[in-house]
Parts: sequence; C-alpha cells; structure tokens
Amino acid sequence: MSSGDRFICGIEIHQQLNTKKLFCSCDSELSDEGEEICRRKLRPTAGESGALDRAAVAESKKRLVYGYQAPPGSSCLIDLDEEPPNGVDRDALDIALTFSAMVNAKIIDEIHYMRKIVVDGSGPGGYQRTAMVGMDGHIEVNGKRIVIESICLEEDSARKVAEDDGSITYRLDRLSIPLIEIATGPDIRTPEEAMEVALRIGTILRATKRVKRGIGTIREDINISIPGSRRTEIKGAQELRLLPTYVENEVQRHLMLIRISDILSKREISVDDDITDITDVFKDCQSKVIKSALSEKGKILAVRLRGFAGVLNGDDGKLRLGAELAQRARTKGVKGIFHSDELPAYGIEQGHMDSVMKRLGLTEKDAFVLCAEKEKKARAALEAVIERAKEAPNGVVEETRDPLPDGTSRFSRPLPGAARMYPETDVPPILITKERLTEVYGNLPELPEQIEKRLVSAYGLNEQQARQMVREGYEDIFERTAKDKETASAAATTFLSTFTEMQREGTDPENIPEKMILAVFEYLKDGKFAKEALSSLFREIAKGTTIDDAVSKLGLGAMSEAEASDMIAGIVKEREQFVREKGMASVGPLMGPVMEALRGKIDGKRMNDLLTKEIKKLI
Amino acid sequence: MINIERLQRDGNMRYSKELSKMLDAAGAKDGCKISLTTDGREHIGVLMPNASADPDVIVIKLKNGYHVGLRVSAGASVKVLEQPIVRTAERKARVPKKGLPDLVLIGTGGTIGSQANTETGAMAAGMATELLLDVAPEAAGIANIRTRDAASVFSENMSVEHWQELAKTVAEELNGGAAGVIISHGTDTIGYTAAALSFMLTELSAPVVLVGSQRSTDRPSSDAPGNLMASVRFCLSGTPGVYVIMQDTMSDDSFAVHRGTRVRKMHTSRRDAFRSINAVPVAHIDAPGNITFKDEVPAPSKVTKAVTKMCQEVVLLQFYPGMEPSLFRDVIMRSKGAVIAGSGLGHVSEGMETLLKEAAANGTIVVMTSQCLNGPTGMNVYDTGRRLQEAGVIPVMDMLPETAYVKLMWALANSKNVAETMRTKLSFEMGERRTVDVVW
Repeated sequence: MSSGDRFICGIEIHQQLNTKKLFCSCDSELSDEGEEICRRKLRPTAGESGALDRAAVAESKKRLVYGYQAPPGSSCLIDLDEEPPNGVDRDALDIALTFSAMVNAKIIDEIHYMRKIVVDGSGPGGYQRTAMVGMDGHIEVNGKRIVIESICLEEDSARKVAEDDGSITYRLDRLSIPLIEIATGPDIRTPEEAMEVALRIGTILRATKRVKRGIGTIREDINISIPGSRRTEIKGAQELRLLPTYVENEVQRHLMLIRISDILSKREISVDDDITDITDVFKDCQSKVIKSALSEKGKILAVRLRGFAGVLNGDDGKLRLGAELAQRARTKGVKGIFHSDELPAYGIEQGHMDSVMKRLGLTEKDAFVLCAEKEKKARAALEAVIERAKEAPNGVVEETRDPLPDGTSRFSRPLPGAARMYPETDVPPILITKERLTEVYGNLPELPEQIEKRLVSAYGLNEQQARQMVREGYEDIFERTAKDKETASAAATTFLSTFTEMQREGTDPENIPEKMILAVFEYLKDGKFAKEALSSLFREIAKGTTIDDAVSKLGLGAMSEAEASDMIAGIVKEREQFVREKGMASVGPLMGPVMEALRGKIDGKRMNDLLTKEIKKLI
Repeated sequence: MINIERLQRDGNMRYSKELSKMLDAAGAKDGCKISLTTDGREHIGVLMPNASADPDVIVIKLKNGYHVGLRVSAGASVKVLEQPIVRTAERKARVPKKGLPDLVLIGTGGTIGSQANTETGAMAAGMATELLLDVAPEAAGIANIRTRDAASVFSENMSVEHWQELAKTVAEELNGGAAGVIISHGTDTIGYTAAALSFMLTELSAPVVLVGSQRSTDRPSSDAPGNLMASVRFCLSGTPGVYVIMQDTMSDDSFAVHRGTRVRKMHTSRRDAFRSINAVPVAHIDAPGNITFKDEVPAPSKVTKAVTKMCQEVVLLQFYPGMEPSLFRDVIMRSKGAVIAGSGLGHVSEGMETLLKEAAANGTIVVMTSQCLNGPTGMNVYDTGRRLQEAGVIPVMDMLPETAYVKLMWALANSKNVAETMRTKLSFEMGERRTVDVVW
C-alpha cells in the first residue's frame, strides 16, 4: 500500500463462548448430521422506527425458502422459534461482564435484549437477539489506545448446510451459541494494525478461559472507509493473518471506485432502465455459455451503459466496475455476465460485438452488459446491474461484503441500518446489581501480560516465548501439559515451533482435539516415547491417526535401557577403529547414527550418556 | 412502532422523585434525544418509555439502535438535544377491485393483532385491523377485504358479550352481501369463540373463519400472513360453517381447516398448536391455496340467522382425585348448568357423585365429558357411570369439555328441553364414529 493512502478502519470480533446456548439449556456443540424438519419463508417487518431495513428488504426480494434441521442433541423448540426463549444464560452474561471490565468499559446498568432483523434465514425467527453489555472501553495495542465502542452478548446464527436455486438449508446446532461481539472505534490506521488489534482482543478473550477454541469459533468483521468514500463492511473473516490483506484490498477497491466516479463525472453518461432482448444476434455464436443458455431456452438480454467504456475493465485491470456489476448480478442466481470491456473473448467475436453495438445504438464511448440465462433470471440480474451502474457516479456504495480465501471480498448485501432493531419482548431487561458487579470486579482473570510473566517465572520460558505463547493462544493448554521443567520445554517446542511449522506445511494443528494433546503429554510423562518423537507424532495425529496407531506406525514403542545399550554398543563396535583413533572425541560424530537409530525411543540426553559409557568401555 | 403521543401523555411517572424532577426540569419527555452525563460519562440517545423495575434507571436508544438502561446517579445532568420525531405513516385507502368477492375482516385483538410495546416490554393487543391486512398484501389480489375493529383484547379477556356481538356482526355482514367473514382472534380461547358462533349462527349462508397467529406480526417469521391468506382462500370456496384455520405443521405451507366445535389449542407455543379432536380437519390447504376437503360440510342457507342469547350461570370443572365436594357444593348448586371433565370414560369420585346427584335433583343440568379429550365418554361400562346417568348426568359422547360448556350456555338460554338439546348434534360437535385416521 502506498504511504499516501489514508483510511479509517474499525473491526468487530465475534467470539463464541464455551457455555450452554444463550436462551436455552442446549449444549453449544455442533452436530454432524441433521434432517430437515420444516421449511419456511421470512418477510421483512417494520422495526420500531416504522421503517423497513434495506438489508432486510434486499434479502427478502430473493424470496427464498429456508429449510431447517434441528438435531435434538444441540437444538430445541426455542431454536426453531416454536417456544419463547428462557432467560439469558448466566455464565455467558458473566463472561461478557468480565470481558467488559477487562477492557475498562462502562458496564450497562440494565441490559435490554433487542431483535436485529435478519431475514436471510440464518435465524428461524427472522431476527438475532442481541444486547449491549458494555460500552466506551479501551485497550492498548503496541502503545496505542484503541477504543472499544461496544461489547454485546448475542446469538450466533444457524449454519448453512445446503443451498440450491430457490432454497437454503440451515442446521440449528450453531444457532444461539453465545457470542461476544466487540466493536472497536474507527482507530485502526494500518492494515497490520487490524490484525494486531484482533490479536490483542483475542488474547483478552482467551484470558477469561471461557471461550470456545478452534476453527470458526472467532470471526472478524472489518469496517473501512477512506476520505470521500462510504463505509463498507467485510463480514465474517476467519483467518486472522488475512486481515491486513482484506484491509489493503478493500482500500484499493475504494480508491478505484472513487477514480471511476471522477472519470464518469467528466463524461456524458446515462444508464437506461430498459433491457433489450438480443438473442437473435447470437444465433451462430460459439461461446459455451451462450450456447448452453440457448439450448435451455434461455435468452440473451442486454443493457446500455452510455459513457461507461473503459471503466468496466480498463487501465490494465486497475478499473474494474465490471466485477462490481457481476457480483450484483450473481446475487440474482446467474452464473455471470459479459460486459463490453472484456469482449471480444469467451467465444464472442468482434462481429457479435458490432451487431450488439449497432442494435443498441451505442458508440465506442459506451458500454453494454449481457446476460445469457432463462429470461426471468437474466432480467433480474440485469436490473441489479442497472441499479449498481447508477450508483457508480457516487463512488463507494455502503455494503456488506463476504471475505474470500484469496484476501479479496465480494458483494453480499446492502449495509444494514439502525432501522433493523427493536426490543426483544420475550426477554425481560436484566438489572445488573451492585453485588454482581462486585463479584465481577473481584474475580477478574489475569490479563495477558500477567500470564506472560507467570509463564516466565514458573516454567522458565523466555519473554519472547511467553509472549508468543499467549499471542497464539496456547497458554492454557501449555500450562495443562507442562507439569515439570522438562515437559515445559517439550511443550514450548511443540506449541511454538512444531505447531507453527505444521501450519506452514498445511497440516493444521487446530484439528487435534485438546484431549489428544493432553493424552500425548501423559504418554510422554509415562515414558512411552521420548520427547524427540513429539514433532513427528503430532504431524501424524493431525492427519486423524489415533495416538496408539501413530506410535506404532512411527515405531516409537519405548525401548528399555538394556536394549538401547545393546544397540549403541553395536553401533560403537561397527566403528571400533574410528573410536580408538579419536577416543572421547568420537562421541560427537557418533551421536548422528545413534540418533538415527533411536530417535524417539529414548531421550536424547540418555542417548548421549549411554554412548559415552559404551565408548569409555571400549577404550 | 412507538406511539409518541401516548408516551408523552404518560409523562415521567415511573421514575423516582429525584429522577422525575431532573427529567421534568430538562423538559425530557419520552422520544426526546437527550444527553445524560452520569458518573463522568456522557451518553446520547433517545429517551425510551421506561421498562425498568428500578426507578433510578432510564432507558435510552443509542445511535446504533441498542437500548441501554442507565442508572442515574445523584450528580447527573440531563440535556434535551432534540424534540421527539412524530412519524405519521401515510396510508393509501384501499380501492376495491371490480369483480373480486367482498370479504370482511373483523379484528378482536390477540397475538395476530399485536405488536411489540416498548413501554411494558411485552406484547399489547392494539393494532388496527386495517394494519393486519398489510402483512398479507397478496390478499388484495384475490378479494376486496373491508375491515372492522370489534375489540382489541387478548383472548383471555374475550367475554360472552364479545361472542354475542360477533355473531350479530357476522349475520349483519353476511346478510348485507359479504361472501365471507374472517375474524382475527387470540389463539388461547379461539376455540371457545368458534364454538359459540357455531351454536349461535343457527343458519349460515357463507364461511365464517376464525384465524390467529402464534407469532406476532412484527416478527419476520410470523405465521399471521400464511394463516390469513389460507383463511381468505378458504372463504372464497364459499363453504358455509364456522371454522378455525391455522398452520398444521412447523412449515409455513400447510394449513388445516378445523370445525369450530372440534378445535382445541394443544400446545402453548408451537405454530401447529391446533388440532381437531375426535374428528379429522374438514379440509387441508396448501401454500398456493389448493383446498382438499376431508369431511362433509353443510349446505348454505338463504340467510344467516344469529340466536345469541346465553345463560352465563354455567361452570366448567375438571374432576381430580382428592376433589373436595364441600368446596364445590355452593358453586354447583347455584349453577344452572355444570360441565364436568371427568376422568377416563366420564367418572368422578363417590363424594362428587353424591354432590352431582344432588345438584341434578335440584335442577342443575349436569353434563359429563372426558378430560382425556380423545375418545367418547362411556358411562355404561362401569357402575359409577351407570349410577351417574341414573342420577340424571348427561354424557355427551366425544364432545370437547369447552364445547359442551358453550353449548350448555346456549341451550339453557334457547332450548325448552335442555337435556335433549345437549344430546342432539347441532353443529358437528359430537359424533358416533371415530375412524382410525383421526389423529389423537
């Protein structure tokens, strides 16, 4: 990113809590299977202010049917919106209050649950229950103060498990798992800072020891604007290390859209509302997309974008309004669109281009967009294209975007407004008593830096190791495995180096359940194998192998001292001449073959001792 | 929707004296945008009607939409930043379309006629019936629907007078040319009202459909739109009779048409709470509006006639082990009619048997139903049953206790031979046969 780019960014962190569900006593666990038990539609309703929320209206225009699976182990009639909610889970609220206290926030005296209208089906009620628990707090990140605007305790949404043309199937196991939502102020100024802030908030959350761990249990939203643009939100990023990339790419997109708006402001432009059927122009076209659309009795429809030539895809791909139009079109269920800046290509030839231009009465200053689909769908897609094209002179459009694994994002829906909130009447307000506050403030967990200090003093880690341990979230499991100095060092190597390497190699250590990690260190303590074996053992286990199978597969069955001595004696004997020549100096060179033969079967130090002994015996 | 006018009228009565004084001095009324500084922090938001139990807490709506309750400490200060915004939603009058049948929608309140009330933090039945039509805009495409507000109560507050008023209104509308009447009603007692109308409307020219919802209309998942549309569609079938139409599965695309005398709310909260008891639903309706009839329906009469007199000196009692006759003696002896939901086939304890005999001899009409709900009374099977019958207790087969209660009120007011009327089928309220396809 060039140094001249200024932007304003704030993030929201959503962290699942390790408690029961927020409004019932279901376990907050995910289920592997589910069977659809009902299908419903949702309608947007006016919120308290009487206005319909634009995001809700946009969703409902899709007119989807939502199917719901409700696995009995992890969901109940409350999740299905068939029974009113119970009171708020006390543990979850305690964690939210504790976190608020830890970030110096004002704890709300009386907590009021709200319904946030969300009609994408991810909640069968058509809303998410959410309440503000704390506000106006702050944290320090690398010496800079970052404001924590709000801390909310809300319900997680249901999981999408299947999707087809007109329907989406959700599983309700994830619905209503408590989430703490933490919103920072617009204080972030560099892409890296977005990640640093998220890391810091993550470490404080984990310090409560009551949050869920693993993939999907913490998600980030990024809000960004630059001078002259409007706010956009990238919602639901799961990979922390990608945050800087998302920020960077989004800022570039804002700059690009502003540039396009500048270009358009200097041109005579107009976007017609009419959509023209130009199917006949493509009768003999060899384009796969066109042919397949026509064979399914589809139509080729087109819209005119007068004065838009070169901004759909121009300046060597730096202007990409075409991609924006395509993303809008795809929300109507079409696979894509063609626009004039990318043609001729994809089997559409110059001849077709000329005919289209002629038919639409366009000049080279103009652009057009085509869609080849069933007529109704194509029309809806092009209407979305027209809507987006009309917004282009305004630069950046307020919207919510989905993060993609490559660090870019795509349009998902308009940014919701405040109109979507109204009081949740089934949950009475919760007065936070002085007694409860005293209890919260009297039992605050250690802050991350205090944990770091303890890791240094109690386990002999150096400061850098301790910081990394906390930052990467291994402090808890570390303390549970590090029973003595020796295992502490083995555990530190495992979490700080082996796991990092594994991540880099693409074997995610997050896949290893905590129970197994603890069991491996139990085995180690029992002398079932030596600490040198840990690294290969965890790599094997991460693939889904059980510990016992991994041990036997890697030939790690422990070896008695006598067996080891025999083996080492054999190695020394083979190199008798060398040993006699070098005397005790042969210990070093011989460690190589010894380790090769015995790695993981006995401890390295023990190996060295036995080797020294055998060499002494010989000379 | 905030009703600013009402909120302002209520003033700051709910707060402590000090807080009330502070708000009054600042001119801070509900709906004002205020700045509150307390404990060294400033909070800006719109003052909400207070739903707090703590008189020192005010509730404000922050810019981000959240409501927060803030305790106002002694040294706090309040400033009004903006006066309330009064929103007046513009409503276009509905223009009747030529060629569409005329229906009437009568509102009585209930969840289907409710919206969230920010004041009490609970639901209030206070929505104009006209607004209810907004939740099912498709209805305007198939019928011209005129609305009438009859009541605005939760159904536990429906009274016999309400039933009488409704019956008269229905007769007036149908005789005035309406092709059908839909009554929106709270679900708790919708069955009682349906039974009452079934007996009161002795002759009926067109459909009368009672409809409710288990989720209020302010929710995107409300069952009101679907139930309402199914009701409108059923009305267009012209089937005379009094019916209750509600969703019959957890999905929102399947609806049952229940006979008004056979329907019962069998779950407190599910959308498919309603069941026909001892009978199959008269018809099933799918989302596009296809109606499949499953049982017989009456022929239409030329005019609709409402016979609305009711005797209110009737009680409905459930028998239970340990029921102490002395506690009920006065109640039963003073009543002109008593419906007992007996155990099993229609039994009571010896002590209660003695009391019922005495009451019957004294002129009280005693009617026996079963608390099993499913299945008929069978008072010839055991001695208790036989003795009760000898004493004049009238078994009414598989009639629902609530239906028997309503029928007895009507019979006492309108029949010369009440016992005979109770044994006679008037509106499909009882039957001799129950086939295996009757769900229980």
